[in-house]
Amino acid sequence: MTFTGWLTIVLFAVILTALAIPLGRYMAAVYAGERTILDPLFRVPERLLYKVMRVDPHRQQDWKAYAKSVILFSIAGWLLLYLILRTQTLWDFTGLNPQHFHSGTWDVTFNTTSSFVTNTNWQYYSGETTLSYFSQMVGLTVQNFLSAGVGIVVAVALIRGIVGRSGKSLGNFWFDIVRTILWVLVPISFVVAIVLVWQGSIANFSHYLVAHTLTGGSQQIAQGPVASQEAIKLLGTNGGGFFNTNSAHPFENPTGLSNFVEMLTVLIIPAALVFMYGRVVGNRRQGYAIYGTMMMMFLGAVVVAYIAEAHGSPAQHAAGLHTAVIHGSTGGNLEGKEQRFGIAGSALFDVVTTVTSCGAVNSAIESFTGIGGAVPMANLSASEVIFGGVGTGLYSILLYVLLAVFIGGLMVGRTPEYLGKKIEAKEIKLVALGLLITPLSALFATALATASHAGRQSISAAAKGGPQGFSESFYAYLSQANNNGSAFAGYTGYIQPKAGNLGAHGITFADLLGGLTMLFARYAPILFALAVAGSLAGKKISPAGLGTMRTDNGTFVVLLVGVVVLVGALTFFPALLLGPVVQGLTPHLYA
Amino acid sequence: MRREIITSVIAIVVLTVLLGVVFPLVVTGISQVAFPGNANGQKVYVHGRLVGSKIIGQNFAGNRRYFQSRPSATAPPNNAAATTFSNLGPNSVATKQALAANIDAYLKLNRPYDPGLTVAKVPVDAADTSASGVDPEISVANADIQAHRVAKVRGLSLTRVDGLISKYTSGRGLGFSGEPGVNVLELNLALDRIGQGS
Repeated sequence: MTFTGWLTIVLFAVILTALAIPLGRYMAAVYAGERTILDPLFRVPERLLYKVMRVDPHRQQDWKAYAKSVILFSIAGWLLLYLILRTQTLWDFTGLNPQHFHSGTWDVTFNTTSSFVTNTNWQYYSGETTLSYFSQMVGLTVQNFLSAGVGIVVAVALIRGIVGRSGKSLGNFWFDIVRTILWVLVPISFVVAIVLVWQGSIANFSHYLVAHTLTGGSQQIAQGPVASQEAIKLLGTNGGGFFNTNSAHPFENPTGLSNFVEMLTVLIIPAALVFMYGRVVGNRRQGYAIYGTMMMMFLGAVVVAYIAEAHGSPAQHAAGLHTAVIHGSTGGNLEGKEQRFGIAGSALFDVVTTVTSCGAVNSAIESFTGIGGAVPMANLSASEVIFGGVGTGLYSILLYVLLAVFIGGLMVGRTPEYLGKKIEAKEIKLVALGLLITPLSALFATALATASHAGRQSISAAAKGGPQGFSESFYAYLSQANNNGSAFAGYTGYIQPKAGNLGAHGITFADLLGGLTMLFARYAPILFALAVAGSLAGKKISPAGLGTMRTDNGTFVVLLVGVVVLVGALTFFPALLLGPVVQGLTPHLYA
Repeated sequence: MRREIITSVIAIVVLTVLLGVVFPLVVTGISQVAFPGNANGQKVYVHGRLVGSKIIGQNFAGNRRYFQSRPSATAPPNNAAATTFSNLGPNSVATKQALAANIDAYLKLNRPYDPGLTVAKVPVDAADTSASGVDPEISVANADIQAHRVAKVRGLSLTRVDGLISKYTSGRGLGFSGEPGVNVLELNLALDRIGQGS
């Protein structure tokens, strides 16, 4: 560990907060339809879009109508993406398939399509050996925007339900999604994309290069429109890399500075949404309380990961390596990490992308130490509420807030209420179901995959004989159920003998189980969150009295952290013990 | 319901054009104008021949005249058209064996020129595989060790080689983000230029 390492972590938290507060203010104005500085740019395209799509943006939707729009929009997106990926060669005429890659098999395409539409970006395929530039741009980049948009608008709808005064309306889905894309996602990703190119990311449509190396060999270098996809991959907490090695690849993440910018890009919207929430409910302290809760758990995870990775791994020590920091070397566990990011830049990135549902990686999580690898798993076990995905994080933590209010209410013996609205049996049932679906799908799928022969064939050869094999399987379904997308990447769902998909085959079991897990664990909680919103929207607001439990002070933060940690721990402790904790506690090597 | 389906389909098609065609074209177009070198991968030419990308590590095949890149898990090493992690776990015998092999190769190459070099002095970046498989940089400690060999084989003074190492060492982003590293390809190219000049 180094002073600059800790400094990076502190500065990151400070700069993130400083940027998120004004963005939260801006986003509050965007969803209220108030004037913003970008109006001159986007008012006309906005009106045009409504016209072409034939929607009246002012028509109010109740929760069922809103949910219907979400689902239909997602189904249409799913079908188009599947079609694009399966007909890759048909689009050769655009010149955007310079390597003449064929389409992937049906099963891996089912997984990939479900993955990008659900904002998961789990990748069984490898970008530079299977996908054309056309598929990356017109297929995947589009869903990076749209799936992020859907997450955000569901959070916006839930907020409207919470603050709504005896009505049924949650707003209008089409108004929300169009505004999210134009006012939030497009401008920020544009700026980030240009910054990344300034740092060294590539943006072109060239053939792959063939270089003649200094020692007389040849090196093929993949190219492509990387920057435009990279920016929204991070901003939308999507995480699907243009290249197989994701944000570790120098063309995706060229410098220490770009690494810092990428981490900020991942967390900026989830953080801003919390501040926006405080504004919209008319009590900024409500936002601060939630932000404090998230920040505490986030920093705790970073500290553990950094210390664990700086310590080095049992395999390194067995090989005789010294892993202390020495002059001119990072020390620590640098297996699967890049020199320019070092230990702190890799550990921080890992936590940033696993507390959110981003799942981008700039280092190989599977090569993390036992405890270092347990950190992302613990983050995922908290069901993506420590900032969480864009939108998904806020609506999930709000469900936890309602649960905490309920438990707090039981403890003091009063009818629980939140922001003046009574939380009754109906809401708590919906909340509990909404919160339990994700962990249950993760555990169910993991059990199925580890207990069956079909599931075990995905485990990598090097991990077959020890706790690593279980960690791989568990991580795979934990990640997919949480719509995260990061991986213990040795876990395989696609076998490809050579680049271009010819002769390749998917591991159907893993592809389908993963795809279905992602879809179910995405849309079921969305429906429950919207149902809660609908149920709350109609409730009258009663003024706070002396006995009302406050939800904007330190006591409540502690209660909320407790509830999140407890639910996660009770659900996942046995699984965590079997995999990463065993690995973290023993210096033993497994063959 | 029907109306909502039609809206969804139109929305997907229109937004696909906007976000999947217009947006990437605008970003790529502006990048090509504003930062053409970066946007095209910082290609390096020697005598009109493409020898690599400045920010993509390449394989120097154990050649004693050159600084060596970090170990790479791709096949062949440093394959920038099929990048991959090693995915070797922290408690696996396979990891220890891979590390031992990398350390062995490193010692075999460098110890003849640096007799005090032992396993304990091998910097982690020289033994651990990189994440991308095409890490363009090595640590300063790693470069300092290799400098003994390269200076001797090329008949250069150690001071001169160390000077070049400093020249091609990048700092931290904004002074704090990330770690310093030595760009191996640039360093080796500079060494080759000396060879031609003298």
